[in-house]
Amino acid sequence: MKSKKILDTVIEKIIFCCGILAIVFVVLIFGFLLKESFSFFKDYGIINFVTGKLWYPTSAPPRFGILSLMAGSFFVTLGAAAVAIPLGVMAALYIAEVAPVSIRDFLKSGVELLAAIPSVVIGFIGMVTLVPLVRTVFDLPTGLTAFAGSIMLGFMALPTIVSISEDAIRAVPWNYKEGALALGATRWQTMYRIVLPAALPGIIAAVMLGLGRVIGETMAVMMITGNAAQIPAGIFEPVRTMTATIAAEMGETVKGSMHYRSLFSIGVILFMITFCINFIADLFLHRMKR
Amino acid sequence: MNPKLAQKIAFVFLLIATLCVIVPVLIILFIIVKQGYSAITWEFLTTMPRDGMRAGGIFPAIVGTLSIVLTAISITLPIGVGAAIYLNEYAGDNALTRIIKLSIVNLAGVPSVVYGLFGLGLFVIFLNLGVSILAGALTLSIMELPVIITTARGALSSVPQSFREASLSLGVSRWQTTRYVVLPNALPGIMTGAILSIARISGETAPILFTAAAFYVPHLPRSMFDQVMALPYHLYIMSTQIPNVPKNLTFGTALVLLMLVLAMSLVAIVTRVYFRKRRKW
Repeated sequence: MKSKKILDTVIEKIIFCCGILAIVFVVLIFGFLLKESFSFFKDYGIINFVTGKLWYPTSAPPRFGILSLMAGSFFVTLGAAAVAIPLGVMAALYIAEVAPVSIRDFLKSGVELLAAIPSVVIGFIGMVTLVPLVRTVFDLPTGLTAFAGSIMLGFMALPTIVSISEDAIRAVPWNYKEGALALGATRWQTMYRIVLPAALPGIIAAVMLGLGRVIGETMAVMMITGNAAQIPAGIFEPVRTMTATIAAEMGETVKGSMHYRSLFSIGVILFMITFCINFIADLFLHRMKR
Repeated sequence: MNPKLAQKIAFVFLLIATLCVIVPVLIILFIIVKQGYSAITWEFLTTMPRDGMRAGGIFPAIVGTLSIVLTAISITLPIGVGAAIYLNEYAGDNALTRIIKLSIVNLAGVPSVVYGLFGLGLFVIFLNLGVSILAGALTLSIMELPVIITTARGALSSVPQSFREASLSLGVSRWQTTRYVVLPNALPGIMTGAILSIARISGETAPILFTAAAFYVPHLPRSMFDQVMALPYHLYIMSTQIPNVPKNLTFGTALVLLMLVLAMSLVAIVTRVYFRKRRKW
């Protein structure tokens, strides 16, 4: 009897340790990124790093300005938002409120299917279909552009935006809708005057989480956007994002070198951006629950 | 405008938007199956690549991906379920719980390539595991932890409270109740989540880029400390790094990867439907 009690206590201690492990990992990730980047910031200067326009990590002397990389990530994300937000919110409205029950499950599985396709497969398909198409339609020297990247990334953000928005729309209490319908509003008037405003915090969270995925997306963006480290003059120019820079260059660096530590420094910035996005999105989701 | 007409127009636009989401998915699947199926032969699935990936099979990449993924899930599943049990069965509504939940949300949002950096820094270099199956699997297991915790918590919280109360009122301890009453009833949901996670991490490339994946290894992995080829990385190098790869080989690789991921997702969905029907509450 007594040994059983001891066993219980031991197991409960282990379970507690599993519970706090999530905190440990967040701290470890941030710690390891900081460990490599701290000395880089000291050597190169954090201001030079963030405001420098030139990224020539292997020239002499090397230049580690990530402004063009941040601009690349920003451009591509903006383009993806333009594709994904209207499509995603409208599709969520249709699936939650308009679609007949018989095809609702089919539509939802289609969205889940999109979420299941690995990003390297999306990148590959983009390379062989969308990129040549963009090149011929817009008569460009190369189809590997911010434009093609934005479309593919927009698609990758859609499953997150659609499914979380749909949950938010469904969570709007029935009596809100009944009240509007009873006053003679049409279903559409009810949807955009009553349901949409009530679901707005959830939809904002959905958009933020979807765009968080876009900023962190690596493989597809590396394969489609052309990887030119320059501040883009327009949407039909090749760009290079922060994520693609890490993925493309880490293999060639010497451990502990300036270049190696600079890539960890980009990682720290990415980590902080996504941390803020997720934190704020979580606040919106909690407001929705109340 | 007549509100009835406005509604009609609006609904047509919503339908078009929905089709813009769904139709491209079907087109992607169609293209990959159509261009790739001619490459799928027994030889393609079971032999080594030849002529600098321009001929032969993808056997080592399949073995590599399976060994990384299965190692990762066997690390992350017990930890994730433990964490879910703590949050659902033990944790009070206090600051610590809120910090844990916030950490989980943020772990889920960390970009995959940043996990790759972290895995390189901690496992490959600091713990000196080298670029290996183990280092890649550990990296992926941390990346998948928030997903496992979230799905397992969902499964645990769907077990009715009355089950716990009945057991506790008989004088059974908290852990015994969890072990013999709550866990068995939550098991199908936990398994569904685990299989979906396996599907998801099979396709991940960025986290194994610097922790496990090799361009080409002329033999199958011999231990956990070997570098391996992996399907998603193989697809990446075939489509971007090597000129003049026969088109159907690249599409074939994409098809195998996609089928692996979709087959596992399907198994998970069938499991979910089967157990939901059998559930008595």
